[in-house]
Amino acid sequence: MSGARNLSVALRRARVPKPRSLLRPLSVCAPSPATTAARAFSVTSAANATKEIKYTSNAYPNLKRDPKFAEISADDVAFFKELLGAQSAVIDGVTADAADDIEPFNSDWMRKYRGHTRLVLKPQTKEEVSKVLQYCNEKKLAVVPQGGNTGLVGGSVPVFDEIVVNLSRMNQIRSFDEASGVLVVDAGVILEVADQYLAERNHLFPLDLGAKGSCHVGGNVATNAGGLRLLRYGSLHGTVLGVEAVLADGTVVDALSTLRKNNTGYDLKQLFIGSEGTIGIITGVSIQCPPRPKAVNVAYFGLESYDQVRQAYQEAKGHLSEILSAFELMDGRSQKLVNESTGTKYPLEGEYPFYCLVETSGSNAEHDMAKLEGFLEHIMGEGIVADGVLAQDETQFHAIWRWREGITEALSHLGGTYKYDVSIPLPELYQLVEDCKERLTKLGFVGDDDSFPVRAVVGYGHMGDSNLHLNISVRQYNKEVEKAIEPWVYEWIQKRNGSISAEHGLGLAKKEFIGYSQNDTMVKLMKQLKGLYDPNGILNPYKYI
Amino acid sequence: MSGLRILVPVKRVIDYAVKPRVNKANTGVETAGVKHSLNPFDELSVEEAIRLRERGTKNQSPMKVENILALSAGGAKCADTLRTAMAMGADRAFHVDVGDSPDGGPEPLTIAKMLQGVVKSENINLVLLGKQAIDGDQGQTGQMLAGLLGWPQATQASKVDIKDADGTVEVTHEVDGGVETLRAKLPMVITTDLRLNEPRYATLPNIMKAKKKPLEKKTLADFGVEDKKRLKTLKVTEPPARQGGGKVEDVDGLIGKLKEMGAL
Repeated sequence: MSGARNLSVALRRARVPKPRSLLRPLSVCAPSPATTAARAFSVTSAANATKEIKYTSNAYPNLKRDPKFAEISADDVAFFKELLGAQSAVIDGVTADAADDIEPFNSDWMRKYRGHTRLVLKPQTKEEVSKVLQYCNEKKLAVVPQGGNTGLVGGSVPVFDEIVVNLSRMNQIRSFDEASGVLVVDAGVILEVADQYLAERNHLFPLDLGAKGSCHVGGNVATNAGGLRLLRYGSLHGTVLGVEAVLADGTVVDALSTLRKNNTGYDLKQLFIGSEGTIGIITGVSIQCPPRPKAVNVAYFGLESYDQVRQAYQEAKGHLSEILSAFELMDGRSQKLVNESTGTKYPLEGEYPFYCLVETSGSNAEHDMAKLEGFLEHIMGEGIVADGVLAQDETQFHAIWRWREGITEALSHLGGTYKYDVSIPLPELYQLVEDCKERLTKLGFVGDDDSFPVRAVVGYGHMGDSNLHLNISVRQYNKEVEKAIEPWVYEWIQKRNGSISAEHGLGLAKKEFIGYSQNDTMVKLMKQLKGLYDPNGILNPYKYI
Repeated sequence: MSGLRILVPVKRVIDYAVKPRVNKANTGVETAGVKHSLNPFDELSVEEAIRLRERGTKNQSPMKVENILALSAGGAKCADTLRTAMAMGADRAFHVDVGDSPDGGPEPLTIAKMLQGVVKSENINLVLLGKQAIDGDQGQTGQMLAGLLGWPQATQASKVDIKDADGTVEVTHEVDGGVETLRAKLPMVITTDLRLNEPRYATLPNIMKAKKKPLEKKTLADFGVEDKKRLKTLKVTEPPARQGGGKVEDVDGLIGKLKEMGAL
């Protein structure tokens, strides 16, 4: 801690503002590159930054380009250029060589997926989006809607030659009503921009995640992003009041309501939330934003068993109720990795098998502190937690958060990681980690020296949302380890009625595993919806369901 | 010489991670509703006092600590700051109520005189202070106090070592291009700097215990001091705001803008 601390103190003279968000690594709440049987292994992007990204079509040899889709012609490009006008709105790799310009739109930030597109369109209005889709639908040209391209499951990049419709030029904040807290924005507004705009008006975007500096609000809604504030403000299915979207045939769906209540007919906007661009392209969003909390506190505990973690969570809900804003679980092994990679001294003296981080946000510092102290006194008195600390100032606040947020980074320093982002009912949440560790240990994969492929099996996550990140840190890529984990882990989750993808979505990575979390009827209904709104299947093909 | 009786004055200041704003009247910075914490340098002095005690009990130091007294002068909320100091490990606390003020509280000389009074009444033989408070940034109190008491002083300490049971103390501090080591005998005044130690977290059991430790209310008059101002703050202003840049839509827009500015 000392290095950061001293630097921070020194920086005070320069009055460098340090919003907490800026200190977060890119991976806070959406850390797990998704996993498939074919490509479950992920290494740090730094390690393979120089290497070429493998084409998705090579990594998934079973995927074939659907011959029903037309090839893009020079005439098509001419049409789009005419339609969108501005030169920067069309990146044309069909009639010209634009490979370098197109590359960022073809691949994802994890460097796991790479498509073959030769055309990127950047419409600026919903009318332009509508005309683009209408044309593509008629000509049977496949399309990939793309926002900030920060997804973890390969949903926002093309597989073959689908046209990328990137919404980054739709970046206007349309309106904000301070009385109701309703914000209306274009889909391409960057999350952090929206949040800063709201900060100036003492409000807060009800979603916070590591990629906030790049991801688009429209993409967040299309993927139903989870993140750190979910426990407090709920999922986007609740906070999003309205969606403006364009269907595959160009129909503009104006469901951009700013009303909290509207019981007139089917709530169709919900279909677009989490649809990953498969039934329409979201062009605008209206969302309910809460007032920005004035007082934030954070405490960090050591606990002796998972049962006690559950009790502590129970008590936290009871004592802190409306001010509880995060309840994060970290197991002892994950904290050990952070300790080893950063060299920072543990906040607590002893070592414990489980740690929790509790954050409160409220409007009145004294009131919050009184509540928090009441809670702490209670859980200490009852012996639920063994030891704990309470951040006394901003430095300690950030330092404590680093113990949660630094896990992904610590893992990435150690080599590869098999990552699973799963949702399991709370009573058995951590059992998955224990069982997985036992399984891999029995098979002789886990050990301390380099002859063992697996370094550690760790678990951490958003306890408050029953969302666990199971991470298997490995020394090197190993087909046998992979076979030992999959599909075992999916079957394990299925038995407990859990979800194989809690917040990262399906995309390409988890498309074939949907059956573990949804039954045949559900999948059939979903396919019917897809067929209804996108009969030609031009929107984000090869993915989702 | 018997044990160490340490006085640690601490100040409640705007948290250093918070960006302070000048108030509307331009007389000081806005303090209402802003997060306050223990002055970081004072946190180091509290930590050092506790470490001196820990070394004493583990027989790693020739002198044991008898008592650590934390003291803060300010408004009612200073009590929280003192509880933090006691949660870290101070034994007791004095809260000298001087009310809240936007200009950083009483001047250093007033505080030094007050501390002089405390040293006498509490029979203190070591005063550990932060080298400065990050609100007023005056950095004078420690030196003034040493002058008033006629005690030796070692400023900006990066290492404090009790050498023998007679109270010989060696203090290292950083100077340009190296370190300087000073030796003095108790009683003395030491001011602390960033590299001295790494303050601990206040643990929950200690936060609970701190609530039961004695916290006495005092006034400046108890130490025969008056809050006289020798300086008057005329005006406080923010630095001029940075001129923001503009955004252009595309390359054509950029070229147009550059032509407009006469750069092309």
